Amino acid sequence: MKNEQVLSISHLTKQYTKGVLAVDDVSFSLERGEIFGLLGPNGSGKTTTILMILGLLESSGGEVDILGCNPLRTPLTVKRQVGYMPDTIGFYDYMTAYENIDYTARFLNLEEKERKRRVEDALDKMHLSDRANDKVKTYSHGMKRRLGLAELLVKHPKIAILDEPTQGLDPQSISGFLATIRSLRDSEGMTFLLSSHQLNEVQSVCDKVGLFSKGKLISSGTVDELSKKYFGSNLLINVQVEGKSNLFKTFASLGGIVHVERKGDSLWLLECLEDVRAQIAETVFASKEKLVSLELLTHSLNDIYQQAFQEVSSEKA
Amino acid sequence: MKKREGSALTGLKVVFFKELQDYAGNIRMIVLMVLILLTAGASMYVAAQTLRSYVGEDSFMLLNLFTISQNPIPSFLTFISFLVPLTGIALGFDAINGEFQNRTLGRVLSQPIYRDVLLFGKALGALAAMAIVLLALWLLVIGSAMLFLGVPPSGEQIARSLIYYLITLLYGVLWYMIAMTCSIIFKQPAVSALVSIALWLFFMIFWPMISQIIAIGIGGVDTYEAAKLSVILNRISPYTLYVESAIAMLNPTTRSLGVVLFSQVQGALMGNPLPFGQSLLLIWPQMTAFFASIILVFVLGYIVFQRKEIRM
Repeated sequence: MKNEQVLSISHLTKQYTKGVLAVDDVSFSLERGEIFGLLGPNGSGKTTTILMILGLLESSGGEVDILGCNPLRTPLTVKRQVGYMPDTIGFYDYMTAYENIDYTARFLNLEEKERKRRVEDALDKMHLSDRANDKVKTYSHGMKRRLGLAELLVKHPKIAILDEPTQGLDPQSISGFLATIRSLRDSEGMTFLLSSHQLNEVQSVCDKVGLFSKGKLISSGTVDELSKKYFGSNLLINVQVEGKSNLFKTFASLGGIVHVERKGDSLWLLECLEDVRAQIAETVFASKEKLVSLELLTHSLNDIYQQAFQEVSSEKA
Repeated sequence: MKKREGSALTGLKVVFFKELQDYAGNIRMIVLMVLILLTAGASMYVAAQTLRSYVGEDSFMLLNLFTISQNPIPSFLTFISFLVPLTGIALGFDAINGEFQNRTLGRVLSQPIYRDVLLFGKALGALAAMAIVLLALWLLVIGSAMLFLGVPPSGEQIARSLIYYLITLLYGVLWYMIAMTCSIIFKQPAVSALVSIALWLFFMIFWPMISQIIAIGIGGVDTYEAAKLSVILNRISPYTLYVESAIAMLNPTTRSLGVVLFSQVQGALMGNPLPFGQSLLLIWPQMTAFFASIILVFVLGYIVFQRKEIRM
């Protein structure tokens, strides 16, 4: 089931009447149950892309196929199956949380009993049942975000599109929110497309990411794929030993190591073709040295992001 | 061109009932209703006191209740002509930009509905709210008339007052549409409120003066052409359309609403009331103008709204 394609975007473009190219020839696809993160600075075209996917904004070119539908030709079918949480979500403050969710649920044309059940279930899943009859104006920012997700769940959507879902949340709320997304994917098989510029959270929850810059999708793939693309496929291993012995020749003679660099008296950085930590440990012990630490370095999404944008800037220069 | 999916009115009932409920509980609406009740009540009471001594002499006692005034309290008609546009503006000035400001527009439009529905639902909700309030007021007047004067109104008086109710409703809806269109065009509710009020004041106070100046400039001083032109220009103002049609309906002796030459009234029985059908014919152009203006303003707002970005 996971290989079923639920969203496909090809050559999507949006040019505003004033000549601003907000989205420039963007193509990517999503499979069922995937969590895809759109990364990029403010104004890079993430929200414009999302609005075009939903059919809330007309594209200047390209195609969107979402669950086998074109959002501009069959908007009602698309909107019935796709949930959307905007970046700055608002509710009717004078209404209770239940009334707010019930209002949008009425558009789904469900039987009253079923609608009531879905609204109560969604509020329960978001741990808002005990505050369901409170006016939304008494809600905190984090609670409003959860309420937004509850509204989305009422639809039982196949795809959920979340625009900057953790904006303005405290770290504890962020981890709770991301855990909810993961559990929804696992339990309901929902596909998520989320945009963010919070790199850590994206890395922790997304299966794939797409990097946006000035309307273009400059790269997309898993974090490992992007790491290989921007930093090569060689691995970096940090080795720390006790004392100040010179182990350069010892490390250089090991198979699979392409570069050795001394970073301090007792710290070495080794660039390897494969993971040779076991061999390194054996060599250090054989040399009668004491091993303090042995660490395989991975490139964080932040490193990838910085590198990608550096490359884009240097290409343009 | 491909037909769009499903009904264009999917979800209209949901938006309509939500808006109607909002307007009913809206503090602005409540304040205006209290104001209307107080002012209308005062003018009705004064008019009833004056008319008590004429019971039996006038066959249009009920209609006189709407138009008679006694210093310093203006007539019911004057109060209503002032307060109904204000109600329309109060309900409509933040209809759309309020949704933008509260960030609720994206949420609502991502539901399985078309954009049109939001606009239709809001307009119909406001129309229903104003219709209910004005109907209550109309029933209150009929009831008070019977209570104070002790005379039941005739069928013609009921019909004339019902048409007056309809004209008043159209007048209120027109100002609601103007305010709603301003709320689509301008980002800030304060700006759309100011523009709507400025338009209302312009058409009520300044336009009659301007139209007269223009008419004199074109037609000359004290000429028939200038007077005719002044009347035509004046009718661009919804206020003029409203007052003319209300007077023709509430005062059955009104025989003409434009400039009349002496030769045109020769043989007419002055002071005799026109039949209801003739009065209706007299105000038909005004009614048509009201309908046309409402549709025109709504279409303008509709086009602007359809082209508007979800993110403002």
